[in-house]
Amino acid sequence: METKQDPILEVKNLSIQFGGLKAVDDVNFKVNRGEIVSIIGPNGAGKTTVFNMLTGVYQPTNGQIFFKGEEIQGKTPQNIVKAGMARTFQNIRLFCDMRVIQNVLLGMHTNTDYNFFDLVFHTPKYRKLEREKQQKAVDILKFLDLDRYLHDYPTNLPYGDQRKVEIARAIATDAQLLLLDEPAAGMNPEESEELLSFIRSLVTKGFTIVLIEHDMNLVMNISDRIYVIDHGRKIAEGLPQEIATNKDVIVAYLGEEEEEDQLEEVEHA
Amino acid sequence: MILQQVFDGLTLGIVYALIAVGYSLVFGVLRLVNFAHGATYAFGAHIAMVVVVSTNFGLFWAIIISVIMTGLMTMFMDRIALRPLRAKKSKGISALITTIGCSYIIQNALMIVFGSRSKWFPKIFDYGNFQIGNVLVKSTQVGIITVSVVLLLLLTFIVQKTKIGLAMRAVQQNAKAASLMGIDVNRVISFTFFLGGASAAVAGSLISGYYQIVNPQMGFIAGLKAFSAAVLGGIGILHGAVFGGLVVGLAESFAAFYIGGGYRDAVAFIILIVVLIFRPNGLFGKKVIEKV
Amino acid sequence: MKHNNAKKNLLDTKPKKIAALVVMVALVLYLPKSGLLSPYLVRILTMISLYSMLSLSLNLLTGFTGLVSIGHAGFCAVGGYTSALMWQYLGLPWLVTAICGMIMAGVVGLMLAAPTSRLSGSYLTIATLGFGEIVKMIALNWQSFTGGPLGVNHIERPEFFGITLTTFNGGFFYLSIILTALVTLFVYRIVNSKMGRAFMAIRDDSLAATMMGVDVTAYKMKSFVISAAIAGLGGAFYVHFVRFLDPNTFNFDISIIIISIVILGGTGSIPGSFLGAALLISFPEILRFASEYRFIIYGLILVLMMRFKPEGILGGHSHRPFRLMKGVESYGN
Repeated sequence: METKQDPILEVKNLSIQFGGLKAVDDVNFKVNRGEIVSIIGPNGAGKTTVFNMLTGVYQPTNGQIFFKGEEIQGKTPQNIVKAGMARTFQNIRLFCDMRVIQNVLLGMHTNTDYNFFDLVFHTPKYRKLEREKQQKAVDILKFLDLDRYLHDYPTNLPYGDQRKVEIARAIATDAQLLLLDEPAAGMNPEESEELLSFIRSLVTKGFTIVLIEHDMNLVMNISDRIYVIDHGRKIAEGLPQEIATNKDVIVAYLGEEEEEDQLEEVEHA
Repeated sequence: MILQQVFDGLTLGIVYALIAVGYSLVFGVLRLVNFAHGATYAFGAHIAMVVVVSTNFGLFWAIIISVIMTGLMTMFMDRIALRPLRAKKSKGISALITTIGCSYIIQNALMIVFGSRSKWFPKIFDYGNFQIGNVLVKSTQVGIITVSVVLLLLLTFIVQKTKIGLAMRAVQQNAKAASLMGIDVNRVISFTFFLGGASAAVAGSLISGYYQIVNPQMGFIAGLKAFSAAVLGGIGILHGAVFGGLVVGLAESFAAFYIGGGYRDAVAFIILIVVLIFRPNGLFGKKVIEKV
Repeated sequence: MKHNNAKKNLLDTKPKKIAALVVMVALVLYLPKSGLLSPYLVRILTMISLYSMLSLSLNLLTGFTGLVSIGHAGFCAVGGYTSALMWQYLGLPWLVTAICGMIMAGVVGLMLAAPTSRLSGSYLTIATLGFGEIVKMIALNWQSFTGGPLGVNHIERPEFFGITLTTFNGGFFYLSIILTALVTLFVYRIVNSKMGRAFMAIRDDSLAATMMGVDVTAYKMKSFVISAAIAGLGGAFYVHFVRFLDPNTFNFDISIIIISIVILGGTGSIPGSFLGAALLISFPEILRFASEYRFIIYGLILVLMMRFKPEGILGGHSHRPFRLMKGVESYGN
């Protein structure tokens, strides 16, 4: 595995405190372009809180976040999306009374450049841009093999496909870095396999991925590097094989029986 | 002079507090603003009026009967219109709109039955007036303050010291956990609505007994003012509602005296808007953080 | 889930659509003059048209953006008073006063939106109620300017090219149809664009909308301003139609009628606003004897709709396929 050393995201001393509770404490990590990096850890460890700080939902009490070389901590979510970072959610947050294609089109909100006058009077600029965006939305859905759901409403879709629609919407923002929060949650092994090859294909298209996941099979097989967080602190980092055999990680998270499974997994990888 | 305004304001305020408490109780257990509360207040006043006018029972029993009937009516409204929405897990806005609809139904039913003109209501606690220093104290006011205070203490007692009150507080904190602990959440909610309706009925009778008028539209303005009071104190919080009611009553009394009667109703709205803009959780309210 | 795009509908081909439109327009134009309809009926149709416009404006705010407002009559009042007072004090023609009414209403909409954009759900709704009452209170108490409880009387009818509009010459009817048609086109274009999608996203999940780059606060304000402006236009029309205006003309009852129309016809549905208006404006006339019960029935509609079909008759998920623009390749979908 070649090491890609072009950091698209660098996080330094990231901390956040809620009242007296330090939810995230002095976390450092970096992600290089084209990598798939996973953040794992027990429930409540602070992983989603990290995502929330990256995407501007929370303001860190300490630390810096560099995205493509620029400091973004404290910026609004809208500006962070414009800069090129988009996310999905632990509990799917699609727009349920909008159709799938409208959900994807909404993802393009920040890069659709016509104004109120254009849309009221259907100027040539509006017609050109709206048509382009609609085509692009259909194409994204086709790329994800979701185009048959174009007209449908999200709640009518199978769970796994809903998750894919959320990813489609994130892709539509023209993001270079995708933060996927437990994309495999609720999926059966078959769907997880599909997701695995799908995420790999995203990388070939030029995306960089940061993943929060509990599905160890997925994590071990797909990640270039892994960071482990427990109680808001980074307790380990490294390649999948290293993480699988790391005592601290096993103690904090993987558990006794899993250890043997993971060793087998890594040997066969 | 100021003392007079203070006293008048407190009298008014304590009744607003009594109405505001109804909003708070229901919001506490259901996170719902019961828009029909004002109409309920008018309903209670009318029932009392009917009993007084058409029977020999006298005002005291009229109010008792009104309390029971209004409480039942409120419970009925919850049972028929709101409980099915909870069962369906409808969005909160559906319940709010439902209470708006109920408010219309109740108010206009009153208009059809009683006509939209004002009707006479007997004076309550009419034992004459007396002076304390510069302040003219009417026995009516003393009676109203006494009854309201007693009732508010009773409500506080029920909520803080009884088993059903404990159940109410449990449901307020976490309805799901409460039901898992064996509490019949729907029964608690029904009871809460009963308390709200009952206190509104008393408030309605007291106000009508003071101004000697009942009118089907009396609930609209009074309801809004009491709602402002509840929001000011922190909706869902009992002592907040009482505090808010007193503040609104005092503010209205002072405004009426110094600015003029036309704008007296505006005071409550201004308080409402200011609170909503600067501190929507109210004076005693806590901020709730939404988990992403 | 394949959607059948086969030509099931009689009107699917373009020339047929245009022909149908021409027939409808001709009918509409002919109707008042035909003698088929009494002035009374023409008046009813005018009111239906007006309330369709008003409910479209509220639908944009409530049905599409999810901001439940029960003080919408306040915007009508702003538009109506602006138009009436500008006529009274300045003698300006209707078109000017109506546009000013729209602008004033839009400005007031912005003033309401700014502090309330952070409010959630019920709090916002109550604030809109407070707003409606405050407008009424100002109209009532600012006697030197608005005429207070006496209101503005004998308001002049609009005049176009020297012709004064009346019910008899069908003038008001035509004007209301034209205005409503323009508003419908306007709302339709908004809803099917980037702006409409932003509104709907705010309604469905405003946090996710933020995370996808939507400036939620700004769009809530835009929704308020546009919705208020249209309502103001409706108000400006109405006061010159009934030729009288006082603080009670646009009261809470009117706000309830408008939201009942939106809820009945269908939140988030443009045709729903027309259906709701047709039903709720015509039935009190049809059931003249039951007019006392009118508001009880409005109340019942709210309660029953929330119980059985909260999204309204035509609201909720559409069964028709999404209309992609011409030239977009949909790979057979």
